[in-house]
Amino acid sequence: MRYEKPQTVAEAARLLSAEKGLSRILAGGTDVLVQMKSGLIEPDLIVDIKALPGLRSIVAEAGGFRVGAAVAGAQLAEDRDLKKAWPGVVEAANLIGSTQVQGRCTMAGNLCNASPAADSVPALVAAGATVRIAGPGAARDVAVETIPAGPGKTTLKKGEFVTSIFLPARPARSADAYLRFIPRSEMDIAVAAAAVNLTLDAEGRVTAARVALGAVAPTVLLVEAAAAALIGSKLEEAALEKLSAACSAAAKPIDDKRGSVAYRKDVVGVLAKRAARIAYTRAGGKQ
Amino acid sequence: MSITVSTSVNGDAVEFVCPPEETLLDALRNRLGLTGAKEGCGTGDCGACSVTLNGRLVCSCLVLAAEAEGQEIGTIEGLAQGDKLHPLQQAFIDHAALQCGVCTPGILVAADALLKQNPEPSDEEVRFWLAGNLCRCTGYDKIVRAVQAAAAEMRRA
Amino acid sequence: MAFDAYQKREFKLVGTRVPRPDGIDKVTGRAMYGADPVAPGMLVGRILRSPHAHAKIVAIDTSEALALPGVKAVVTGADFVLPQDAFLADIGENAMAQGKSLYDGHAVAAVAAISAEVAKAALKKIKVTYEVLPHVTDVDAAMKAAAPVVREGLRLESVPDGAGGNVTHFCEFGHGDLAAGFAKADKIVERSFKTAATHQGYIEPHACLASVTADGKADLWCCTQGQFNVRWLCSELMGMEASQLRVTPSEIGGGFGGKTTVFIEPVALMLSKKAGRPVKIVMSRDEVFRATGPTVSTSIDVKIGMTKDGRITAGEAKLRYSGGAYQCMTVEMGGQAAFACYDLEAVRTQGWNVLTNRPKEAAYRAPGAPQAIYAVESVVDELCQEFGLDPIEVRIKNAAKKGTKSSYGPTFDDIGLMATLEAAKKHPHYTAPLKPGQARGVSCGFWFNFGGNTCVTLNVNTDGTVGVTEGNPDIGGSRASISLMAAEELGIPYEKVRTIVADTASLGFCDVTDGSRVTFAVGIATIRAARDAIKKMCGRAAKIWGIAEEAVEWREGAAHPAGPNAGKFPPMTLAEIAAVSFQTGGPIAGHHEVNADGAGVSFGVHLVDLEVDKETGATKIQRYTVFQDAGKAVHPDYVEGQMQGGAAQGIGWALNEEYIYGDDGRLQNAGFLDYRVPVASDLPPIEAVILEIPNPGHPYGVRGVGETSIVPPLAAISNGISRAVGKRLQQLPMSPPRVLKAIKSA
Repeated sequence: MRYEKPQTVAEAARLLSAEKGLSRILAGGTDVLVQMKSGLIEPDLIVDIKALPGLRSIVAEAGGFRVGAAVAGAQLAEDRDLKKAWPGVVEAANLIGSTQVQGRCTMAGNLCNASPAADSVPALVAAGATVRIAGPGAARDVAVETIPAGPGKTTLKKGEFVTSIFLPARPARSADAYLRFIPRSEMDIAVAAAAVNLTLDAEGRVTAARVALGAVAPTVLLVEAAAAALIGSKLEEAALEKLSAACSAAAKPIDDKRGSVAYRKDVVGVLAKRAARIAYTRAGGKQ
Repeated sequence: MSITVSTSVNGDAVEFVCPPEETLLDALRNRLGLTGAKEGCGTGDCGACSVTLNGRLVCSCLVLAAEAEGQEIGTIEGLAQGDKLHPLQQAFIDHAALQCGVCTPGILVAADALLKQNPEPSDEEVRFWLAGNLCRCTGYDKIVRAVQAAAAEMRRA
Repeated sequence: MAFDAYQKREFKLVGTRVPRPDGIDKVTGRAMYGADPVAPGMLVGRILRSPHAHAKIVAIDTSEALALPGVKAVVTGADFVLPQDAFLADIGENAMAQGKSLYDGHAVAAVAAISAEVAKAALKKIKVTYEVLPHVTDVDAAMKAAAPVVREGLRLESVPDGAGGNVTHFCEFGHGDLAAGFAKADKIVERSFKTAATHQGYIEPHACLASVTADGKADLWCCTQGQFNVRWLCSELMGMEASQLRVTPSEIGGGFGGKTTVFIEPVALMLSKKAGRPVKIVMSRDEVFRATGPTVSTSIDVKIGMTKDGRITAGEAKLRYSGGAYQCMTVEMGGQAAFACYDLEAVRTQGWNVLTNRPKEAAYRAPGAPQAIYAVESVVDELCQEFGLDPIEVRIKNAAKKGTKSSYGPTFDDIGLMATLEAAKKHPHYTAPLKPGQARGVSCGFWFNFGGNTCVTLNVNTDGTVGVTEGNPDIGGSRASISLMAAEELGIPYEKVRTIVADTASLGFCDVTDGSRVTFAVGIATIRAARDAIKKMCGRAAKIWGIAEEAVEWREGAAHPAGPNAGKFPPMTLAEIAAVSFQTGGPIAGHHEVNADGAGVSFGVHLVDLEVDKETGATKIQRYTVFQDAGKAVHPDYVEGQMQGGAAQGIGWALNEEYIYGDDGRLQNAGFLDYRVPVASDLPPIEAVILEIPNPGHPYGVRGVGETSIVPPLAAISNGISRAVGKRLQQLPMSPPRVLKAIKSA
């Protein structure tokens, strides 16, 4: 195995493109090193992207935020403006692993590891985030939900990697929330998860909504029927029931050691309801 | 292909040679003789290998030794000032916050990181901060008490 | 009065919360644990493990591995000549498979190489040809006649005809007329339960460093609960004489019973012997889960009859335990413990050990008892609900007490169950009003406690300090309690005593640190060794004073003339006697060697308040109180620690911990990510209430406290959840999906 720590994006892309064997990006390493330890992967090349310009910072851009691909979870939590604008995204990212893992893990890594249960991904999808991709060609921006292709697989091409995630500007009375279910209070992989992003009008009526679910399908689900259940409502019980039913119906989970199909379908609806209430309150709505 | 790493551990400049896939934990233990950090799982689930990397709490089993180049590492061996124990260390002895003691170095490093950024945590904050440090002996009760006692002591100082 | 008999006394040191002598080493990272030592020329040992639950090992080709540069030795089952004794042979067979892989993770070969990288590469070059056989991992499935038989030839004569091919042992306990007892009941409840296998979950993986020299001598450093047991097992498996193998225990990073046997140690010794160099093996966490000793998995039927005023008229339990692919006697302890909390006229328990393709069971804190008592305490709780009776009152009404003929035979002496129940009843926790949505669970627990073989040497140094040499690894503060007892008996300050844990060459045989035996048995040996030294010191004073030895008595750390007739001499302190010892007959030391008896059984009662999320099935433990009889708490901090730690492990067992096997017979959750031990944020403060009902069998009244505390949480939590959701839970763990299912079916 070779370890490289390039100083420019171009050099990183060149290293990745030239590698004939297995290569992996190293930012926080909280997935890659676990996979190496367990013998799941034996990379020939590790490209540490932490020295690349701008990859460890959060910068304001067009009213939104550009989060570098090597920004750790703990750093997100310390950014007050980001937390105020996107509390659901930050809380989702902060649920990844322990305090120790938070010192290293990144949203970009969480996304590119492509686990169906990745915590930050539903929140990013609900937020309508985009990612910037560098590679052999020109940089390009894509919607975050286009990255995961299935468990452990992404749509990134040879030599490509994510350099930043962009969270857009917010209209007034907007907020998001993320909830996952785990058996313990910490340290588990999500059994089911839901992220809700809402905008309200002055009367507290939902004018825009995005609902994304995690751990209930091979990739994150953006559920339009669930969003539709909320739009136009003031989060009345009937709307929440419709939301919950839409989420349970959209979920296509599997039975595994962490949960059954029936359990996941049930719980994802419950989580969506609860997350919607939190987001609604954060956006200034009164129930 | 081995690589040379120059880094700082507990304020001391050190240099070692290791394979690129070696973890920081293995380098600390096997090349620098700093065996206070323990491998309980090797996958970031137990926290026994906790160290700080540029002041940030991390699992040293999830850091490549190569990444330490030019950085600052803090380990349990650097917590006491000479023969003077850190208030957390003293509180752990005074409150019997350890039984077998194998998780203790990691918990102390983690608790120190907590108190540096939150000198007056609630019990709940202590428990959630330490959720990544497994202890199988104590049920955490005396650990939480010891951290709070040390925090109170440090606020007085 | 017998020497060991308890005598009421005022303690000066015993019962105080002194700092532990190994504290600074352990808070500074200096303490040496199993994986920490190094030796010159040391090699890295790694083990190849079977991926099959059940397979014939047709061939193992190690030639390519041996040819790899840097590989110094390869070991397979063929290198070991197993002893005739079935118990020893099983341990050897478990350390390295002999022709058959009996479970996922079974060791099939091992290498020693110059680095971890080379060792890892070498394992990949070992070619094992397997013939996969049908497997069975579920205890009930393994009982069936059609089940694949895991191993032939293990069935003991105790097994009745007609039992399935995997049943290896049968046992039965009890007394009285069951039919008559059930006939007197106003209500009989009969329920079946299942409990998953759990793991001790010690944070330190097994580790050892072996060094065998060409002249047949060997040193072994390892983390173990019993260095003498390791010496016995390893010398038998290596065909060595015990004296040629010195075992030195490291500090131990948790054991809870799981480090009472050997797994990697014989392999490291064999690798070292073949390589001619020291070899260190450190298990990965994955190996710890797959290939050390989890608990039995069980299936239990319980039938209890009760009158409407809460008197239990009869109790019966059928226990089917699987200790993996090996003979296992743990069901005996389950059968004996099941009804031990009750004073019953009619009681019977029957137990079967069943083979499955799972790793060989090792002890885990009160082995066998938590499962059996969980089932019994669940049915008792259901009967309380049935009749609308207070669960503690019903237990008080039926509690075992002094004079009770226990369900497993012996008649109880002074025991603390009644006092413990009364304490729980009076405690503010029990009377605190429950908030809406909350429920409260109660359970009793029991453990036998062990005594056993123990040696202590107590050296009086010329500067007036004392060294205590004992042979049981300090797993949670025992050096502090042993020093306290020595100082108490000698009448000197605690700081003047230093207790060390000896290697196997430096002291006589000591049984394993298990069964809650150390503070009790090492305590007896320490007190007696101190008395032996006192006798010698009185002799020296007598010599100096020129009076008879019998005319000297020892009090407050000094020899005194015993009464006015003995003469008028100023007392001589321990330090004064020690200072002149070279002139009065030489160094002074006390010894004691004993097979300690009279450990005194232990009871506990746990209270839990909890809340269940009705939409997700998640349980939150909100308040927890442990009541337990310690006889005499030598170091209360570490007694509380045992009570809290056992409760936390029991909470984990009740809610989330389990071995999950796939249809392929492979363990699916061999890591701390999915084997979910409680984390700090899962638990509330755990209040520990120590009761002190002196054990008549110990001079200070000490009872073991290590194990009872893991017993009650399973039923206490199950009873709480069952009350919260209105449906009786009958399976552990009560993971959220199971609880949600119960809620939906209520």
